[in-house]
Amino acid sequence: MVVTTTMSDSEEYLHCTFASRYARTSLPRFKIPEGSIPKEAAYQIVNDELMLDGNPRLNLASFVTTWMEPECDKLIMDSINKNYVDMDEYPVTTELQNRCVNMIAHLFHAPVGDDETAIGVGTVGSSEAIMLAGLAFKRKWQAKRKAQGKPYDNPNIVTGANVQVCWEKFARYFEVELKEVKLKEGYYVMDPAKAVEMVDENTICVAAILGSTLTGEFEDVKLLSELLTEKNKETGWDTPIHVDAASGGFIAPFLFPELEWDFRLPLVKSINVSGHKYGLVYAGVGWVIWRNKDDLPEELVFHINYLGSDQPTFTLNFSKGSCQIIAQYYQFIRLGFEGYKSIMENCMANARLLREEIAKTGQFEIVSKEFGVPLVAFALKDPSRYTVFQISESLRRFGWIVPAYTMPPDAEHIAVLRVVIREDFSHTLAERLVSDIQKVLKELDELPPRVSTKAAHVSVVADETQSGNVDQPHLKKSDVETQKEISNYWRRISDKKTSGVC
Amino acid sequence: MVLSKTFSQSDVSVHSTFASRYVRDSLPRFKVPENSIPKEAAYQIINDELMLDGNPRLNLASFVTTWMEPECDKLIMDAINKNYVDMDEYPVTTELQNRCVNMIGHLFNAPLGDGEAAVGVGTVGSSEAIMLAGLAFKRKWQNKMKSLGKPCDKPNIVTGANVQVCWEKFARYFEVELKEVKLRDGYYVMDPEKAVEMVDENTICVAAILGSTLNGEFEDVKQLNDLLMKKNQETGWDTPIHVDAASGGFIAPFLYPELEWDFRLPLVKSINVSGHKYGLVYAGIGWVIWRNKEDLPEELIFHINYLGADQPTFTLNFSKGSSQVIAQYYQLIRLGYEGYKNIMENCQENAMVLKEGLEKTGRFNIVSKDNGVPLVAFSLKENSRHTEFEVSDMLRRFGWIVPAYTMPPDAQHVTVLRVVIREDFSRTLAERLVTDIQKLLNELDMLPARVTGKMVAIEKHSRNGVAVKKLKSIAL
Repeated sequence: MVVTTTMSDSEEYLHCTFASRYARTSLPRFKIPEGSIPKEAAYQIVNDELMLDGNPRLNLASFVTTWMEPECDKLIMDSINKNYVDMDEYPVTTELQNRCVNMIAHLFHAPVGDDETAIGVGTVGSSEAIMLAGLAFKRKWQAKRKAQGKPYDNPNIVTGANVQVCWEKFARYFEVELKEVKLKEGYYVMDPAKAVEMVDENTICVAAILGSTLTGEFEDVKLLSELLTEKNKETGWDTPIHVDAASGGFIAPFLFPELEWDFRLPLVKSINVSGHKYGLVYAGVGWVIWRNKDDLPEELVFHINYLGSDQPTFTLNFSKGSCQIIAQYYQFIRLGFEGYKSIMENCMANARLLREEIAKTGQFEIVSKEFGVPLVAFALKDPSRYTVFQISESLRRFGWIVPAYTMPPDAEHIAVLRVVIREDFSHTLAERLVSDIQKVLKELDELPPRVSTKAAHVSVVADETQSGNVDQPHLKKSDVETQKEISNYWRRISDKKTSGVC
Repeated sequence: MVLSKTFSQSDVSVHSTFASRYVRDSLPRFKVPENSIPKEAAYQIINDELMLDGNPRLNLASFVTTWMEPECDKLIMDAINKNYVDMDEYPVTTELQNRCVNMIGHLFNAPLGDGEAAVGVGTVGSSEAIMLAGLAFKRKWQNKMKSLGKPCDKPNIVTGANVQVCWEKFARYFEVELKEVKLRDGYYVMDPEKAVEMVDENTICVAAILGSTLNGEFEDVKQLNDLLMKKNQETGWDTPIHVDAASGGFIAPFLYPELEWDFRLPLVKSINVSGHKYGLVYAGIGWVIWRNKEDLPEELIFHINYLGADQPTFTLNFSKGSSQVIAQYYQLIRLGYEGYKNIMENCQENAMVLKEGLEKTGRFNIVSKDNGVPLVAFSLKENSRHTEFEVSDMLRRFGWIVPAYTMPPDAQHVTVLRVVIREDFSRTLAERLVTDIQKLLNELDMLPARVTGKMVAIEKHSRNGVAVKKLKSIAL
């Protein structure tokens, strides 16, 4: 055993990480380092840098689940090294996926017999689910047009402008035109009448959202279905509906079971839902269910034969973890209908509390509806002194992540703050958030209004006096420009943000 | 406090799970059950049913990592509730992805200046990576054809028939024709000459595989590059190459650094690699790197502004876990170049131990090459009495999962067994496997030839059967 050495770094492994040289070296960013480092050092360094990420549970921007029971965490860790796609090797895990598909299909009133298997698949999220559903519609429509001898090179989809960015991705990557129904102030979802108007013979489907990302509202799928049925009768185009129930799919059946939005409506051919939102599982699982076999063209399905029975697969991703699927099944049997219902009711109650307290401050207008996803979206009654973006920034200091957005066209002048109520957002936290908001408002009230206020004033004046900016003094012009820059900066962020929010 | 009750059952919460009624009920399969059950019961029941899944570490079919250090497991569990896509909220995690992209870009000799950011992205796996790369090629080609005033409705890709199923998916879902170079007996990868012959003006790219799934071989990307450059000079079509380095991308740089297969070849425009294969991370992470900005059409990129800096995103998936990205970064800095090299060398050696052990039995032909991905593919010298499928079945009894496959066309008459050597397949396990195979051969020798001989023939001939086996094999 060497007790002294000529090297200054003696017995590396004796040093606690923070005594070692590893705490003095900069982490590599561009190239793989030449030498290995001890695992404790690697762990500590990465862990420490990650401390500067936001706290997921205080991230009130996201619908995605941030807490699960320790028992489920254990199941997750035990299956972390299981590659889901190895269906032959992990038949039980595959079976669990199938059970989940069946359970969700029944939840959505898919017309399947008691022992009949539902058509659906687990995905990595609603993005993949939507792409698969869209692909199925596109292929079906192409086949129909070919059979009629008509051109099939210009497919389109009709949705609202409030649609989540994955629809834009689908449209761009799979070469389908996106026809968006514009919103208007006070009406932040897709107008069924306008949507049906936009349907033409190249429309592969109309996509309705159950739980709009921005305000949590449920679109009126029933009305859409009725209007579209009428139009189909006139045109004979047979245009179907897809429901993007990413958020709402695990809320409506438990809180609003009478609401007809799913397969009870005959034109609804497929539905997607995020397991990792109100399915109460960590990020990484979504589900898509088709009404029945005919709605999923066979040519898109790859067949795998395991244990002698046919296992059809239709996914974009191949190798992926098994944990979230197992976790989803755990939640279904652990909570059952009653458990999910209780949790959703709690979320609604906490949302109600938050909404009432925020309204009580007298400074905000509530933009979200009570009927829908449990979230509270609110705008400043008077945005001239300070904006919701400033409130959002100030709240960060308290630890809360509450994003601010502008609405999509044609309501871009409305900016809102949005708090999503997840399972793990308790009454206590709601009260604390309100008190912190009140503190922030007080602070902002006491601050001198920023340059932006003057500019806001100026810009109003500038608008009122027609053209003739020539007369404007140089100072005012730069104020206006600053204001424009600021709002453009935020618009750039928020424009993407509105679509980037899940 | 209640000491006695009129009910016959005492307080349910007292019962151990196996004493409770929950183990007497059948688990629901079709409908969400009405009521909740205690979390301990839910955990126990699911855990127990999962005991009947195969043991991932004995799954010798798969390239995908099945073991990581406990320190990394801890990082993974700590990040399990982080949704990767919230870049604004988790800027460090996003930064870690960017660092990984840069490191891998440099590993593949992407032509980057010092401090220049590489163009690439983390994906859920090589499937997504390949779809993104293919999309980029398709869009580039379409733009080119449009500007030339030519039709752009019939794009195709040239690959070998040994290609993994995700290429077929890409072709089918994104409406690109797949032109496959057929294999032949003894030559189980894509022949560069035949491939270049098949290139026409509608070819959006030629895809070469570094680490063929079936026998681990590296295709000769250099030769493909040279031949294709010649053809491009003649035709002016400018057909590019994509390298599917799903397995080989984390092997070649450490074991065969002189092998020119990456961006050192001018026609290679994008490369994908699976972080969850020899990147040594659990399932759920892949990487795609582009040579430079021009190879990724801007219109495919969605821009998200975070912290005032532009964060371009180009992925199919949106919300997903962050754990694997963090784990990949952990591995890259924990192991460094020397660590990866050591691990790959160990894998190579253990593959040799297995190979020599099998050769010594005298009963097997070794179909895999020494150079390539560390795996051993072998077939029976004499398979008229018993087949490779039987060997595979019997190995299951010992606990080993060793799959048997038939080769794709035109070599469907060849069946192989394949053992993939992963990081956690030690020499001890290799020796044990050889012993078990010897035991099994002795047993088989004593058994009469089974009826299955006929059935195997059926499996080999029916197209579905071949597709089935092929799909399984390529899957892993």
